[in-house]
Amino acid sequence: MFSFKIAYRFLRSSIGQTILIVLGISVGVSVQVFIGSLIGGLQNSLVQTTIGNSSQVTVVSDDYISSYSDIRDNVLEVKGVETVSYALDEPGTLIVNENTSPILMRGLDLELSEDIYELKEKIVQGKLPSTNNQVLIGLDLFEELELSIGDTINLSIPLKGDMNVTISGVYDFNVSQINNSWIITNLETAQNVIGSTDVVSSIEIQVSDVFAADTIAMNIDAKLNSNYNISNWIDLNQELLSGLQAQGSSSLMIQVFVTISVVLGIASVLAITVIQKSRQIGILKAMGVKDRTASLIFLSQGFILGILGAIGGVALGLLLTYVFSTFALDPDGNPVVPLLIEADFIALSGLIAVVSASLASLVPARKSTKISIIEVIKNG
Amino acid sequence: MANTIEIRNVDKIYGNTVKTQVLYDINLSFEKESFNSIIGQSGSGKSTLLNIIGTLDKPTNGEVFIDGISTSTMNKNQLAELRGEKLGFVFQFHYLLPEFTAIENVIMPIRANKKPVTKEVIKRANELMDLVGLSGVKNNLANNMSGGQQQRVAIARALMNQPDIILADEPTGNLDSDTTELIYELLREINKKYKTTFIIITHDRRIAEKADRIIELKDGKVNIDINYK
Repeated sequence: MFSFKIAYRFLRSSIGQTILIVLGISVGVSVQVFIGSLIGGLQNSLVQTTIGNSSQVTVVSDDYISSYSDIRDNVLEVKGVETVSYALDEPGTLIVNENTSPILMRGLDLELSEDIYELKEKIVQGKLPSTNNQVLIGLDLFEELELSIGDTINLSIPLKGDMNVTISGVYDFNVSQINNSWIITNLETAQNVIGSTDVVSSIEIQVSDVFAADTIAMNIDAKLNSNYNISNWIDLNQELLSGLQAQGSSSLMIQVFVTISVVLGIASVLAITVIQKSRQIGILKAMGVKDRTASLIFLSQGFILGILGAIGGVALGLLLTYVFSTFALDPDGNPVVPLLIEADFIALSGLIAVVSASLASLVPARKSTKISIIEVIKNG
Repeated sequence: MANTIEIRNVDKIYGNTVKTQVLYDINLSFEKESFNSIIGQSGSGKSTLLNIIGTLDKPTNGEVFIDGISTSTMNKNQLAELRGEKLGFVFQFHYLLPEFTAIENVIMPIRANKKPVTKEVIKRANELMDLVGLSGVKNNLANNMSGGQQQRVAIARALMNQPDIILADEPTGNLDSDTTELIYELLREINKKYKTTFIIITHDRRIAEKADRIIELKDGKVNIDINYK
């Protein structure tokens, strides 16, 4: 406590210097917080747009899957699984007047798959199919074929049969490949088209930690006794994953170097304060203060500076993120990059500042033990 | 009266390659409650001797006993404890902590030795401020005081731990003669009141003659040692 009080008084008596060093740490911490939130947000939005509305782990079979409800129950027991839904997909042809277009008929359990595809939000006209024989059609195809809501179209599935369906709504996934091919209907309609009830072609799964999708896929495989083929987005998107990893490690590099520069800054300023305060340390030692206590003064200084710097840095960093997400907007008025503000990460940045400031003060703390009372007295 | 300090065969040599011997085989003892002065020309080794007595410096040869215990075998921490408990210092350049007020400086030895700052401690600090005649400026920062005031604060500080021995190196070295007079009277008063042993270095013969004993050092040896008591 004694060391802490002395440290506090030393810092307060040279307030200008203290403010400068606290600002230095704050800027470092704020860069950490900002870069971290930026990269985190970038990564999140990239993941969200790429795989957010798709199946991250998919169970398929060489044939149709029949006992899909039991499988769903089983898969839900695997740790990390968030949502399980089923789909019956059949490639086919859409026939409107004289035009034929290749399509993929997707029979979805509309309730369960909402968690994956968020169809309600993607509907731009009309509504979800409410009864059998109603379908959703992609915006691109809808416009190309000059259709309107309520039109009847003919779906033809080779070798299985065909059926007239009614357009109940139009979706937009913002991906033309999907908008041009998916015809979404409910599961029962799809089952009717192929003429076999109670089968699906795939079981679609979303997981809580997308980067653990490969491990979770292995666990699901084990749970299902390896009776099915299981794919996951990581295996299918190696390039995206390595891109994300490169982004992550570059942000880590930036943060490491910012930390190093903060540490060096603190260490050098505190090294100077030891010289500034050597007289005081000498007097205290003559009074009976031990070396350990004297070095604790400088450790306390580092600690106090770290705390103040962390608080200032987090505040400044949050201000930066706020300014960035308020003023850096794209033409639609949305932030250019949606920032990811994580309390854990911010707390960690603050903690790093406190720890590194304390570590940096080890140098002056060590130096203070070498101050000789005699030198101080002799040199007046 | 028993001895509180004994110096036996103390040599002090500075430097490793070029050796300069400052003290030659000094043997001295100081009685409890005595008021001693050390005089000598600059370079005679008096400050070195005082620093060795105060355990701030180590003798090259010989031993220093404080209350019968040799300081030569003590480690740095034990020496720090000894200083905190038994010794008080007053230096020529007063050496207050400029970040603290006068009264905080006076209480500092209590804090430095990790003792609690009780009501009694604060009362004593106030009494000491009265004793040195500074009650009016006790909350001033050390830097906002005159040289004489700072020196009196330093004296009050040296007394705070109720040390057995006070070592003073030219305590009035850079003060005017009136203030010098005042400070010596104060030291004598403390000597009588608290039975504190004093060893004071001075270059002022007039002042030295007020002591019970005058020791003159010359070229690192005891030249004259007169005891008036």
